[in-house]
Amino acid sequence: MAFRKLSLGLAVATLVGGTALPAVAQDSIYVPLFTYRTGPFAGSGTHIADGMHDYLQMLNQRDGGIGGVKLVLEECETGYDTKKGVECYEAVKGKNPVIVNPWSTGITLPLIPRAAVDKIPILSMAYGLSASARGDIFPWVFNPPSTYWDGLSMIVKYIGEKEGGLDKLKGKKIGFLHLDASFGKEPIPLLEELSKSIGFEVKLYPIAAQDMQNQSSQWLNARRDRPDYMIMWGWGSMNGAAIKEAVRSGYPMDKFYSVWWPGEDDARSGGAGAKGFKMLNWHAVGTNFPALQDIVKNVVDKGMSKASKDKVGELLYNRGVYNSLLIAEGIATAQKLTGKKAVTGEDVRRGMENIKLDPARLKELGLEGFTEQLVLSCSDHNGHRAAFMQEWDGTKWVKISDPIEPMTDRVRAQLEAAAKDYAEKNAGWPKRTEACDKAS
Amino acid sequence: MLYREAGQYKTNYAADMAIFPLREDRVGIAIIILAAYSLAFLGNSFLLQAVMIPFLVFSLAAIGLNILTGYTGLLSLGTGAFMGVGAYACYKLMTAFPGVNVIVWIFASGFFSAAVGALFGLPSLRIKGFYLAVATLAAQFFLQWCFIRIPWLVNYNVSGALDAPLRTLFGVPVVGATATPQTRYLVVLTIVILLTWIASNLVHGRIGRAWIAIRDMDLAAELMGIRPLQTKLLAFAVSSYYCGVAGALLVFLWYGGAEYDVFNINQSFFILFMVIIGGLGSLIGSFFGAALIFIMPIVLGIVLPAMLSPFGLSVGADVIEHLRFMIVGALIIFFLIVEPHGLARLWQIGKQKLLVWPFPY
Repeated sequence: MAFRKLSLGLAVATLVGGTALPAVAQDSIYVPLFTYRTGPFAGSGTHIADGMHDYLQMLNQRDGGIGGVKLVLEECETGYDTKKGVECYEAVKGKNPVIVNPWSTGITLPLIPRAAVDKIPILSMAYGLSASARGDIFPWVFNPPSTYWDGLSMIVKYIGEKEGGLDKLKGKKIGFLHLDASFGKEPIPLLEELSKSIGFEVKLYPIAAQDMQNQSSQWLNARRDRPDYMIMWGWGSMNGAAIKEAVRSGYPMDKFYSVWWPGEDDARSGGAGAKGFKMLNWHAVGTNFPALQDIVKNVVDKGMSKASKDKVGELLYNRGVYNSLLIAEGIATAQKLTGKKAVTGEDVRRGMENIKLDPARLKELGLEGFTEQLVLSCSDHNGHRAAFMQEWDGTKWVKISDPIEPMTDRVRAQLEAAAKDYAEKNAGWPKRTEACDKAS
Repeated sequence: MLYREAGQYKTNYAADMAIFPLREDRVGIAIIILAAYSLAFLGNSFLLQAVMIPFLVFSLAAIGLNILTGYTGLLSLGTGAFMGVGAYACYKLMTAFPGVNVIVWIFASGFFSAAVGALFGLPSLRIKGFYLAVATLAAQFFLQWCFIRIPWLVNYNVSGALDAPLRTLFGVPVVGATATPQTRYLVVLTIVILLTWIASNLVHGRIGRAWIAIRDMDLAAELMGIRPLQTKLLAFAVSSYYCGVAGALLVFLWYGGAEYDVFNINQSFFILFMVIIGGLGSLIGSFFGAALIFIMPIVLGIVLPAMLSPFGLSVGADVIEHLRFMIVGALIIFFLIVEPHGLARLWQIGKQKLLVWPFPY
């Protein structure tokens, strides 16, 4: 009997659930946020999710949306799992999303070919397929502000400058500690090419995804090889574990560099010994900006955020804010270009291509000095912006360098080859038919 | 009432040994197949692309593992890797010979997987049970290592990922971004029905009886003249063939591009749980298991917010995710306690009860 009731209830609930999908009104813009607050990467994902959500929610609260049109925000939990990410994409596709941010390279890859078919632009901010920086081949994919190749060239350049010139790196040994996945392996061809042309030696230390927490064997190798510098390309719990291991094995912290993904929590896990750890970054930390103050006032203090107040302004939180800044700017630019209020995915694609975040515009948005200028165009979907180096002083990140320009000449060749390669291997990869706007 | 044995006489051996001896069962299966095909024209793209296609793909993989674990009694944790072999083989074949139809390559890719599976099945002659599971774990790790380390497998793609180039069948795109969910679904459905039919004939025939004999007592089976070497290796090969085809379908007809990480150890466990929940040694159980493990969370994800919202509770996507985990976990424990032989056994009991209904005996 109880069984029958239960199954009847379940059946009814299924029917109700099936029809009760949130209806998206005409005068609103639907922005799905793919987030991961669960799973092995939740430690990083939660802060990013909070930042993304809170900035857009702040625009809703303070300005009533963008250009007077309310944003309908919906989070879809991916757990950093490709399976669930693809499911999320299918779930939001029917509700006319203006843009998707997969927040995982694994989810981005299956979506890239679909973007043009479904007319939904993809924003994979500084991750995903580096080659998608080429707007003429990937009109629907955006990956500002820098590619991994840019990032690597900046770190090598910075190290070179510390040594007193790139040529001084000759004969040095550079260790490359990376996640053994496409993300971590992507910079290797460029690193090898640089090593050949400059003359330093490269030691690779791959960390398999299942061994992220257990890196002792690779650090033993590092101890034997004694690399002069260590560059890390990690994500999730790998970063924290690596910093801990580096401290334990006594690797000099001031020689330890990373791409832009570690957060405060990762550095803190190394304890006092983590002092001196350096990483690339392209936006400020802290809440000392009017827009972030508005987030605190309009969203966090009103209890509409899942973030606690002390997490607002941390590195990964602000990374989420930067992501949403790009979404919002893409929408705002699209509104300006088309004159429409409720823009569609196709409009936002045009908007993204015409993004012009110069200092004046940043000031207008209440984010003066938050980040470097970013200008995207029809052919350049990345910007290849400079990032700066920051150092962990034991409690917080301190900016220690001016923006470092990537070695564009060396990176460009890689990029061109990779994009062409992708289009060639995908026989029938569509030629760009989307017109370019004059403004760009 | 409608489901009765009465009046159906079996007048020859073939009728007596039929897989579906009852007329009602035959009609039922026809209705299910018909409904599955008509779904292609009735269902929306979410239902087809995010629910039905993966469900069918996982069912196929579960059938593959069921042949090995359920019918032959050999525990394997290498399912994910064998699926991967199929996917990578299919990618290499379809890019090397773009002129040949992709469906041919999907079926052909299974043979590569079968060969690899048979190779890693060799230790099964000496080791059994949990020890064999550990040996197949080696296959999982070794093959995954190959997927990352051999750039030739992905045609030296910089991204290190598989992508799905455009391929057509009768001029309609089936693989690639422009393929509609409808065509993909029809192709997957047809392949799964065909392979399930073949599997059904295999397990009900001489080969299947040999597998079951090995499972139930391999020493006795050997004394009765069943050769353990051939039988076990055949089970590994057939099982891996199914997994390989499922892997190829997963990448090219569902994801449309994937990284090596799709075929990790979690995938193996995922399929193993489907087989255990669905019912070891049952083909229909493979479908039930895939439905419970894969579709149930999706249904919960839609139902839970709708059930909570009338009470004024709006919960975040992450809370729903946690609830999904807890409810699915609780259901798994519930079903295993109520019926340790899986959902297939429940189904069987239900049918038996229905035959004599309204009497309890």
